[in-house]
Amino acid sequence: MISVDGLTKFYGPRQAIKQLTFNVEKGEVVGFLGPNGAGKSTTMNILSCIIPASGGSAKINGYDIFEESLEIKKIIGYLPEIPPLYPDMIVSDYLRFAAGIRSVPKNKIDEAVETALEKCWLKDVKHRIAGRLSKGFQQRVGLAQALIHEPEILILDEPTIGLDPLQIIEIRKLIKELSKDRTIILSSHILPEITQICQRVVIINEGEIAAVDSLEGLTASLRKTERIQLSIRKGQDQAIEILEKIQGVTSVSQNDKGEFQIECELGSNLQDDIARTTLDNKWGLVELKQTAVSLEDVFLKLTTEEAQV
Amino acid sequence: MRSTFIIAFRDLNAFFKSPIFYVLTAVFLILFNYIFFNILNFFSFQSMQAAQFQGQMGGMGLNLNDMVVQPALHNMGVILLLMIPLITMRSFSEEKKNKSVNLLLSSPVQLHEIVIGKFLACFLVVATMIALTLISIGLLFYVGEPEFGPVATSYLGMLLMASCYISVGVFASSLTDNQIVAAVMSFGFTLFMWIIGWGAQAAGSDFGELLKYLSLIDHLDPFFKGMLDMGDLGYYISVILFGLFLTHRTLDSNRWR
Repeated sequence: MISVDGLTKFYGPRQAIKQLTFNVEKGEVVGFLGPNGAGKSTTMNILSCIIPASGGSAKINGYDIFEESLEIKKIIGYLPEIPPLYPDMIVSDYLRFAAGIRSVPKNKIDEAVETALEKCWLKDVKHRIAGRLSKGFQQRVGLAQALIHEPEILILDEPTIGLDPLQIIEIRKLIKELSKDRTIILSSHILPEITQICQRVVIINEGEIAAVDSLEGLTASLRKTERIQLSIRKGQDQAIEILEKIQGVTSVSQNDKGEFQIECELGSNLQDDIARTTLDNKWGLVELKQTAVSLEDVFLKLTTEEAQV
Repeated sequence: MRSTFIIAFRDLNAFFKSPIFYVLTAVFLILFNYIFFNILNFFSFQSMQAAQFQGQMGGMGLNLNDMVVQPALHNMGVILLLMIPLITMRSFSEEKKNKSVNLLLSSPVQLHEIVIGKFLACFLVVATMIALTLISIGLLFYVGEPEFGPVATSYLGMLLMASCYISVGVFASSLTDNQIVAAVMSFGFTLFMWIIGWGAQAAGSDFGELLKYLSLIDHLDPFFKGMLDMGDLGYYISVILFGLFLTHRTLDSNRWR
């Protein structure tokens, strides 16, 4: 459905994205994950044909982003990072306008506006001025605008940014609902969001793809190490040194709660050894447990040092 | 074409729902009518004098077209010069500022449709303002007998010149996301286009001719005299199209940056 090949974008001498290559299948929900300034918005702007790429190519539904941008614009709905609202317009007027320029046929505009209002829970505010709505409502109006022409593909740039927790849950629910019959690309730097909504993740860092995989795949491939957490009552000062000497331990660190994070080689099953060491040294064992590698760790790992998994 | 009208209609709506249009129109009409009243007053004073000394001077050269309509419209041109930048400054600057331009750019609309839509909205606003002055000019037909032809061509010329201001203003607005900068630039551009002919004497014969030709105001006189010259018509239309072309190029190049 969407195939991106070697996409590159320069802003002056600065290269915002470098040789992005990935595919999105029909009906998938794909999350773009990356720190701020990684090139997520740039990629989305290019895919929605707002700005042209400097190099590479991308095809959406077989249409080329350079040659047939008008066709592409008909089948995508785009919610930019800042919802493109006219602050002095009434919500329902705004949606009629959006429907009009998104070439919804004249006799279907009323229906389209009603449907969008309903889907985004905007019925109560349809007579209010967009600029005076709270951020959460504005975001929803932005989403309604992207949905108005029933696009096959939705591109959402940080749809939950600036919302309160309750609104975030609502928007997520809405996106889940929408994903039933659409292809969705969304970006975020909030990890739990991606884990909850997306089937596949594209991690971007400094304009490059750090990883493309399903969630399970990502966490699995990163489990090169096992992590064991240990908390003890005393002997903290010498513990790191001694623990590091155990065969199979790669590193030991202490977090701010005083717990030790012990990284071990995969499959080394060091719980016994660690427990024995603790008891032998009479540190007073409080807790010993294996912790899972979270997507947070994957993300940090990918965006801080390693380029490839 | 439908998108052009939708965009123009939205902008028009925004104008009519905001105080800007009403304030500008009110100020414009007050200024124009004050000037018009004084010109008319001066004319009736002169007519009276001419009537007293009948036979010596006669009423030679005293007619409503030359002595009332023409100077009144000349002054209207100056007022519009000050006001049109305030109308056009919003066109793209505001859209850029609140990022709503992304809605236009991600819609299946071509750039030229957006540009023409924006121009059309401003044009209709200005045309409304100019049309409202017809009430005063119309009074002349009630009390006197001005010739209709020259009045019509004068208004056509005025609309064309105003369209040039608008075209330049829309272009200035596409350059920046700051409305004040846009207004100042378009005011500067248009005023310069007015007075560019002043340099003709200093510039020597050939270049001077060119400067004179470029001047916005010099092409207006034939319209005031009731002449429709293809050359003048062509001049105004080319300035309008050139401004719109530059706007189109600016928007296009913005995308690349």
